[in-house]
Amino acid sequence: MTVKLDAKMPTGALAQKWDKHRFEMKLVNPANKRKYSIIIVGSGLAGGAAAATLSELGYDVKCFCFQDSPRRAHSIAAQGGINAAKNYQNDGDSIYRLFYDTIKGGDFRAREANVYRLAQLSVNIIDQCVAQGVPFAREYGGLLANRSFGGAQVSRTFYARGQTGQQLLLGAYQALERQVARGGVKMFPRTEMLDLVVIDGRARGIITRDLVTGAIESHVADAVVLGTGGYGNVFFLSTNAQGTNATAIWRAYKRGAAFANPCFTQIHPTCIPVSGEYQSKLTLMSESLRNDGRVWVPIKAGDKRAAADIPETDRDYFLERKYPSFGNLAPRDIASRNAKEVCDEGRGVGESGLGVYLDFSDAIKRLGADVIRERYGNLFEMYQRITDENPYQVPMRIYPAVHYTMGGLWVDYNLMSNVDGLHVIGEANFSDHGANRLGASALMQGLADGYFILPNTLGHYLASNKLEKVDDSHPAFREARTAVDERTNRFLSINGKRTVASFHRELGKVVWDYCGMSRNEAGLRLALEKIPQLRAEFWRDVNVPGSAAELNQALERAGRVADFMELAELMCIDALHRTESCGGHFREESQTPEGEALRDDANFTYAAAWEFAGEGKAPVLNREPLLFENVKLSQRSYK
Amino acid sequence: MNLTLHVWRQAGPDAPGKMVRYEATDISPDMSFLEMLDVVNERLTAEGETPIAFDHDCREGICGACGLMINGIAHGPEKGTATCQLHMRSFSDGAAIYIEPWRARAFPVIRDLAVDRSSLDRIIQAGGFITAATGGSQDANAILVPKENVDDAMDSAACIGCGACAAACPNASASLFTAAKITHLGLLPQGQPERYRRALSMVGRMDLEGFGSCTLHGECQEACPKEISIDTITRMNRDFLRASVTGGRE
Repeated sequence: MTVKLDAKMPTGALAQKWDKHRFEMKLVNPANKRKYSIIIVGSGLAGGAAAATLSELGYDVKCFCFQDSPRRAHSIAAQGGINAAKNYQNDGDSIYRLFYDTIKGGDFRAREANVYRLAQLSVNIIDQCVAQGVPFAREYGGLLANRSFGGAQVSRTFYARGQTGQQLLLGAYQALERQVARGGVKMFPRTEMLDLVVIDGRARGIITRDLVTGAIESHVADAVVLGTGGYGNVFFLSTNAQGTNATAIWRAYKRGAAFANPCFTQIHPTCIPVSGEYQSKLTLMSESLRNDGRVWVPIKAGDKRAAADIPETDRDYFLERKYPSFGNLAPRDIASRNAKEVCDEGRGVGESGLGVYLDFSDAIKRLGADVIRERYGNLFEMYQRITDENPYQVPMRIYPAVHYTMGGLWVDYNLMSNVDGLHVIGEANFSDHGANRLGASALMQGLADGYFILPNTLGHYLASNKLEKVDDSHPAFREARTAVDERTNRFLSINGKRTVASFHRELGKVVWDYCGMSRNEAGLRLALEKIPQLRAEFWRDVNVPGSAAELNQALERAGRVADFMELAELMCIDALHRTESCGGHFREESQTPEGEALRDDANFTYAAAWEFAGEGKAPVLNREPLLFENVKLSQRSYK
Repeated sequence: MNLTLHVWRQAGPDAPGKMVRYEATDISPDMSFLEMLDVVNERLTAEGETPIAFDHDCREGICGACGLMINGIAHGPEKGTATCQLHMRSFSDGAAIYIEPWRARAFPVIRDLAVDRSSLDRIIQAGGFITAATGGSQDANAILVPKENVDDAMDSAACIGCGACAAACPNASASLFTAAKITHLGLLPQGQPERYRRALSMVGRMDLEGFGSCTLHGECQEACPKEISIDTITRMNRDFLRASVTGGRE
């Protein structure tokens, strides 16, 4: 073990840890804050919120995003809602219950103290967002409305129609633009981070490419923050935006940051099924639909009758049948796996047989079409636009799709990676969701990290360390810039026959088949043969047209896919080593007699943090043991 | 289906551009418009030609990155639909499709169909926010907001910042974009303290960016993928007029 994984967990009782830690952390004198420069990569809920807040505190912030505006970060696409332990509905919610649900939902593979802090801060997030003008849904009396969400039996989800992510992101974006106008944040849109610069063991800057001019630039800072999102696009088909990528975290990994639990990926149960080979992305239908929609398939395999012609007696409402107390609101991993199972049995619906019904006819009968329209109107419209079917009349067809990645760069309690000064926030880190994320928790974590945690802990890092002055003539910057140039030129000089997209599609299929909804040893070993072969072919036969000194979207994608090719291998290595099933990681060899995921707590109650050991060398596994002092590890049951 | 595309090609901001004809054969009616362009780009790349540059990201109608003039209509023929949510079943087999970038002085072309919309960010910088630094906010339920108000605010807040309103407007005015934000924030109690200075400042910025003035043609609300109403512009004009008289001080 070469990397030291010290989670820097505060001592004391769970409920007091964050308060105590905040008091113990060092502060930067207000007058000195402007002397510290901070680079933030990513402008979504985590990055955007952090950039705005750190600038409000007085730091000198540079924020980078590959999109043409920070408002387009992929957080914008989150639909359903954000959890908070407000207990406004008086239904028995509390900070402890949100903490417990999240730890349990994550199948006991997250840190207690991190998750407890998240539950505590959830309350402040809602207050902050309302102050910014986020138009959360309200009751006629003017109070905030709530809905329930998968994996919870209380109603604690705040929402803005089916566009909650958009409204929260616009809140953070507007706060960010206020700071841009004030001069506290310098924004670099259409700019992609291509390398991390580490000097004397500390992250001191990044190398970027201006996506319009192609200019390669060095940026120096006292600390670097990555809020660059997840790596779901490794699967090619996912609900992620086309540009989302792992390049920033992967480059950081290759500069020494440990990558934790890469095999923990989330397959979301309610997406529109694939319709053809040309398809570029899958569209998510918010999980909130499961509040009113009932999931079913025909009882008999090969039943090709139209949904309306299948009588109740021939239908299998399999989630309600198997999980009577949670029913259609079972957590995502369970709902997804069960959908796959019934499709594997030949009971899937739609032309491809890869789909299950999500039926609103009972809800429409009970509540009327207007109520359903009020709750889900925009989702129903979206569905109809894509499939050309009217979900008010025929049941929706849904199928699981890759949606979120719980794995990410390893961070300590302060959200700092094992590389000093490199902080990682939001989906890009591994911290809070364990092996499975509960619905409406991603927005909560992104904003908790960005608004409330990082602005405190980053100050502590700056105040506790003496940072030498460096500039971009330092050899480490020159070396990184040369490496970026060489790599770019290499892409352009291969002049092969296959497009970048064709490689991406092929890679995605391998990862989906062998490291998707369920994994087994033989499949993972096969994937570990196929991926390096495909990667070799990529570097031999890819065709990247155009030049480096212009807007070149094929070149951008080539860099991202090249990194996915490496990350995919690490995901399979991690999945192979974790012989237990937990959360989104279902190892077929490890299941209960009823076919549920079977954890192996004796051997796997740890976060697996992989360390880059050099090109062509096997990555090194470091283990951070997870200690449970407050909750009792139990077999997850939603029956 | 088989289609004939006429696509605006322009190598860079200062290069001259022209329409170029491409045959798009074997297109499935279930493809989205951007997936059709993906297919064309794959073929162009295979033939050694430069693929067509266009902005896009989420492909589910929410990020606002995509936006094309399709047969002269911003985001194409379907109402309330962003380009990425437009499907080829909206076109007939054998059709000729003309594809151009947004046309507006404040949206200079970067390459082919991609334009620079940073002017919209600068309008937000001018006051499209509520000044509420992180921390220090009161309990979220402390201020009641009538459901009707928040519903109306949400209708405006749904703006995705794509710029179709300005592209569709004969005057290339960004009034609908600006008014949507002024309306969203102006309808909420939290947005009141800055309401009038916001209107003054955002409208001023819009003019400085080179957007035209609104003469109420209504093309913007026809093109808006989120179907934001032109009524927001009346509200903006009222706030702006009042602020012009009072200097933004109430």
